[in-house]
Amino acid sequence: MRRRDFVKLGAGIVVACRIDPLWAFQGRGQLPRFNYPTDFNAYLRVGGDGRVTCYVGKVELGQGSMTALTQLVAEELSVAPASIDMVMGDTDLCPWDLGTFGSMCIPVFGPVLRRAAVEAREVLRELAAERLQVPAASLEVKNGSIFDPRDPEKTVTFASLADGKAITRHVSVVPPLKDPASFSVIGQSLPRRDATEKVTGRAKYSGDLRLPGMLYAKIVRPPAHGAKQIRVDTSAAASVQGALVVRDGDLVAVLHEQPDEAARALALIAAEFERGAAAIDDLTIFDHLVSAAPAGQQIVGQGNLVEGERAASAVFEETFLNAYVAHATMETHTALATIDGGKVTVWASTQAPFMVKTQVADSLGVPPDRVRIITPFVGGGFGGKTMGQQAVEAARLARATGRPVQVAFDRREEFFYDTFRPAATMKLKAAIDGAGKIVLWSADVYGAGEGGAAPIYDIPHQRVVVYGGWQAPAPGLHPFGVGAWRAPAFNSNTFARELLIDRMAASAGLDPLTFRLNNLSDPRMRRVLQTAADRFGWVPSKTPSGRGVGMACGVYSNTYVATFAEVTVDGSGQVRVKRVVCAQDMGVAVNPQGARTQIEGAITMGLGYALSEEIRFRDGEIADRGFDTYRIPRFSWLPKIDAILVDSPDVPPSAGGEPAIICMGAVIGNAIHDATGGRLFQLPLTPARVREARMTHL
Amino acid sequence: MVSTVSFTLNGHRQRLSVDEDRRLLWVLRTDLALTGTKFGCGHGSCGACTVIVDRRAVRSCQTPVGTLAGKDVRTIEGLAPADGLHPLQRAFIEHQAYQCGFCTSGMLMAAYGLLLNVPHPSAADIVQRMDGNLCRCGSHTRIVAAINAASREPGGRS
Ligand code: FES
Ligand code: FES
Repeated sequence: MRRRDFVKLGAGIVVACRIDPLWAFQGRGQLPRFNYPTDFNAYLRVGGDGRVTCYVGKVELGQGSMTALTQLVAEELSVAPASIDMVMGDTDLCPWDLGTFGSMCIPVFGPVLRRAAVEAREVLRELAAERLQVPAASLEVKNGSIFDPRDPEKTVTFASLADGKAITRHVSVVPPLKDPASFSVIGQSLPRRDATEKVTGRAKYSGDLRLPGMLYAKIVRPPAHGAKQIRVDTSAAASVQGALVVRDGDLVAVLHEQPDEAARALALIAAEFERGAAAIDDLTIFDHLVSAAPAGQQIVGQGNLVEGERAASAVFEETFLNAYVAHATMETHTALATIDGGKVTVWASTQAPFMVKTQVADSLGVPPDRVRIITPFVGGGFGGKTMGQQAVEAARLARATGRPVQVAFDRREEFFYDTFRPAATMKLKAAIDGAGKIVLWSADVYGAGEGGAAPIYDIPHQRVVVYGGWQAPAPGLHPFGVGAWRAPAFNSNTFARELLIDRMAASAGLDPLTFRLNNLSDPRMRRVLQTAADRFGWVPSKTPSGRGVGMACGVYSNTYVATFAEVTVDGSGQVRVKRVVCAQDMGVAVNPQGARTQIEGAITMGLGYALSEEIRFRDGEIADRGFDTYRIPRFSWLPKIDAILVDSPDVPPSAGGEPAIICMGAVIGNAIHDATGGRLFQLPLTPARVREARMTHL
Repeated sequence: MVSTVSFTLNGHRQRLSVDEDRRLLWVLRTDLALTGTKFGCGHGSCGACTVIVDRRAVRSCQTPVGTLAGKDVRTIEGLAPADGLHPLQRAFIEHQAYQCGFCTSGMLMAAYGLLLNVPHPSAADIVQRMDGNLCRCGSHTRIVAAINAASREPGGRS
């Protein structure tokens, strides 16, 4: 959005804020390879009605960003949260944004938005000073009004200041933010702003939008990845009353005014494909990841491994494996596209509206400013809604038919086109000395990516090499699309690391908590471990103790998390998680109830990749394409969950939505070992693997 | 086969001229523009499409509209009384029993169906009766707490 476009927003005071993206990404690893905006990345408008409208490129996926971001603005601008409206994920109205993922909403984007709000407050204060003929410094701002505390007559409201004006400010000097000690809105459990809409069914998701004359499309899909369309016979489908068959290159679709009729017509299409997939399956993939790996990248190198080995009294070498898993959001990828006077508008369920805008523009061959993406409520993302295939298809079909077109994946398409969390092979070697200190750590990580691969313990000699990851994987490495999945790479790497830690603790004859604390000096890590241990009622013991209890810990993007769990394992190897205690230090929690909801959600979702979720495939065909065989957590699995927010007022708001999931595979793996004595090396921890592990032990 | 089907929908008489094999889910969402009922799988395995037919929770994606003749159908749009919210809805807000909200309509209608038939469910009853409703965001513990709270409210079961 350019400055002149502000005119579209009508009268009022508009404040735009530009923060150097390098600043925003400080300490967050590599800067993604995307073009950053040249103008600004947050702005808000104070209207003549006194309402504040906040335009952000972020979207509401369920994580509560709409509410938490409102709180940030309310805090800095000193207005009631109820007088703030959020406009999110609309590429024509909102400033450019990379996308909503990586738990970056609050830690990275939050400060930008807060600065825009601070600046708006100062503009209003100056205007009030002119109006009231009082020096700005003597005015106070509270609850949407500006007043002179010594003279109650001298009061103006935001509404009257903004009325009829069109003032644009472009902030480049960053004013200071409020001190956390004076927060009154941040840190409160404000009720969610989307509450009423979501419990009444009024909340609109992309599939709920209706346009006059719209058609629902069903598209001919290949049976397997790598398959090529040879021949498509659509004659029978065309005979369904009201069905319209469209061919746009290799995109063959049948459209109808009713989606179920479109699906019925699709089933009548006979299509022939030529298979061409790599002969890899869910068993051979782990060796393939190693043999076909791209060049490794060393992300950690410290000390000297040979020296480490010299100091060692026991050396451990293990290979850990993790499966492909699906995002399986309850809302499938959906989009509605319409083309009006050369302008393409697409409502899409996406985490990255601006990326989708580029994709749609490229695929239609139109300039990007002819494309607008609007993001209604999104029914879950978890990293799975960054590719805009459905938006592109809807736009192409809208162009082909001249009518608005909805493309909504059915569940089978959703599983097929999902960008799975990559399978991973992790080869670890570690050693301890006679005093139970870890002296050596060496890791080769294939497929997963680097997140969580660096050991969090104090280890003098360490090296970690990562061979490819979920981002831009080498062609041919995976037989289908892969991508980010809630806390990408961390779930695999934490599983491997924390199981090996328990193994070493047992060998050293130490309780796993004692062993961890002996090897950890980071006070924040120690604190979450101790907090969770206390709440759990941890009684020190060597493993396996037969009790079925375990722990795991990790750091995700400046958020520290420690999780304890208790499990039972029955004769068939079926695991039941009875209880989970999780302590999370995420700095200042903007909305504590929201943060706890996210932690509980992460723990619950994590039960799935820990116990059952695994995509099985062969020759490009995905075997698990429905909830009947791809089992995700359900009510009957639920442990008692205790989510603790460790108070950390000096740490700025940090990641909230993902950290708690990273320990779930590890904590359950360790608890199973404690119960049965069987050692596990592969996620998910299915009954067969648990049975087999126990056999090896006996 | 196209025929006329009459039933009660959210307290009002509804007459539809419709192919009676079509599934209620699509008739609701497309023909009647009641989009609160969601599509999650289309195979009866997620519960996102749950509605009430004659006081029982059913999967609208599996329900041919022709089978509804003379029946009483209630969807999420008909859960709240005219003057506010149903106790279940209030409890869902109070307990923050949703995140993305996509499963929420189905959860609420399944819970409503449960309370219509088991007025004072135990936690085990709730888990058992809700088990077929999936939530990917992991709101389960809060949903159980919300249903439990609503079942204690005077209007919770009507
Ligand atoms: S859509 Fe009906 S059960 Fe999933
Ligand atoms: S709240 Fe997102 S699926 Fe349940």
